[in-house]
Amino acid sequence: MLQGYLRADGRKGVRNVLVVAYLVECAHHVAREIATPYREGGVHLIGFPGCYPNPYSLGMMEKLCTHPNVGGALLVSLGCEGFDKRRLARTIEASGRPVLTIGIQDTGGTRRAIAAGRDWIGETLPEMLRHPTVPMGIDELTVGTICGGSDATSGLTANPAMGVAFDLLVAEGAKTIFEETGELIGMEHLMAARAANPALGEELKRSVAKAATYYATLGYASFAPGNADGGLTTIEEKSLGAYAKSGQSTIDGIVKPGVVPPRKGLYLLDVVPDGEVRFGFPNINDNAEIAELIACGSQVILFSTGRGSVVGSAIAPVIKVCANPDTYKRMEDDMDVDAGRILEGRATLPEVGREIYDLVQRVGNGEPTKSEALGHQEFILTYKSFEPLGPACLPV
Amino acid sequence: MMRLSPRDNVAVALRPLKSGETVTLDGATIKIGRHIAVGHKFAARAIDKGEIILKYNCPIGTAISRIAPGEYVHTHNVESNYLPTYQLPDNPNEAK
Repeated sequence: MLQGYLRADGRKGVRNVLVVAYLVECAHHVAREIATPYREGGVHLIGFPGCYPNPYSLGMMEKLCTHPNVGGALLVSLGCEGFDKRRLARTIEASGRPVLTIGIQDTGGTRRAIAAGRDWIGETLPEMLRHPTVPMGIDELTVGTICGGSDATSGLTANPAMGVAFDLLVAEGAKTIFEETGELIGMEHLMAARAANPALGEELKRSVAKAATYYATLGYASFAPGNADGGLTTIEEKSLGAYAKSGQSTIDGIVKPGVVPPRKGLYLLDVVPDGEVRFGFPNINDNAEIAELIACGSQVILFSTGRGSVVGSAIAPVIKVCANPDTYKRMEDDMDVDAGRILEGRATLPEVGREIYDLVQRVGNGEPTKSEALGHQEFILTYKSFEPLGPACLPV
Repeated sequence: MMRLSPRDNVAVALRPLKSGETVTLDGATIKIGRHIAVGHKFAARAIDKGEIILKYNCPIGTAISRIAPGEYVHTHNVESNYLPTYQLPDNPNEAK
């Protein structure tokens, strides 16, 4: 049994974070200055840099600021940006969380805005941190999975081991989310065969075809030079490894960023925007995707890496599963799980899968991950546009 | 060495392989063409130009030249059937 923070909507968090959110890049510095003294004490910095309005980023910020791991929010606005700050504040207030919006122009500039923000946190944070915990089941967890800095060992060790952990979580009634359609290119028929029903299978194929078209227009696959250095030759080879993260369970649905899975099971997160190519690459780096997994309700993130990524995230703990034994030896301080032991014959796939599953529960109970302990709180949010989910995407 | 599926025409090095080294794969002896790092691939049999490369019994690309048994299989002799593989200009994987 875990211990979680019960929120007014009935969901439970495994962390109790106060977010400071800048609503345009012009407010970033002030927001960072407000948050910095408290960054070891449960205050995380998030934000959106653009000045133009965008329904996707507004929806993302609403979901993130009312995420079960979040206990309160301070919004930092310059004053003239296009972000709908009043709607965001109303959404947070309606969720029962403390919220304050500071307008830098109205408050009288940088110095006064920083002082006002720190004053509010000084009053709000101690009370927020007194929020009691309640018992929480594994079936109240949502876990997202991502791979970053992949190499040819990712698909042999860490990704299939996370797949084993996913199968264990699904069996216990958790919600699990895997990604990303741009790294499932070539897997569409395999995935469709695992769909809960044929209509969902068609939607799964459509989502991958959309990703292939989108990336073809941009001229690059979701494939970094380091992937090839690590022995991956093509996007479809990388996809095979990435796909192993999903485990063996039936695929119950497709979600888009900010959609919380309606019930237990395994879901694909479709991260590629709908319509014509508009705002550039779907996800410009791994953290853009982590933020989307969190916006879908993930309280914990499983992250596999072969080359050696160091990132964590704001809001949700990131568990780093290292696929490559040489990388683990070089970067042990950043890695939570040494899945490369499978390659060396020192552990089996089921053993490492079980180890990841057990660690999810300990992290869910408050044990800090390596990236959390090192202070990693990366966050990024960019422009996108999505249409609503098709009728076959979610279980009824 | 590991062939992930019996039908695969490539195998994966589970330890670094040296140029000229001979390895045994499913009873057959294969001479390794050049150094192969952990996780990288070599041809498990002769592969014709235009042949689909199979790993985990799944297509991962197409051979753009004839590949001899034991030869390194990577971006210099295989292309994606979907989207091109991007590499930094001064970092040719063939040189490793």
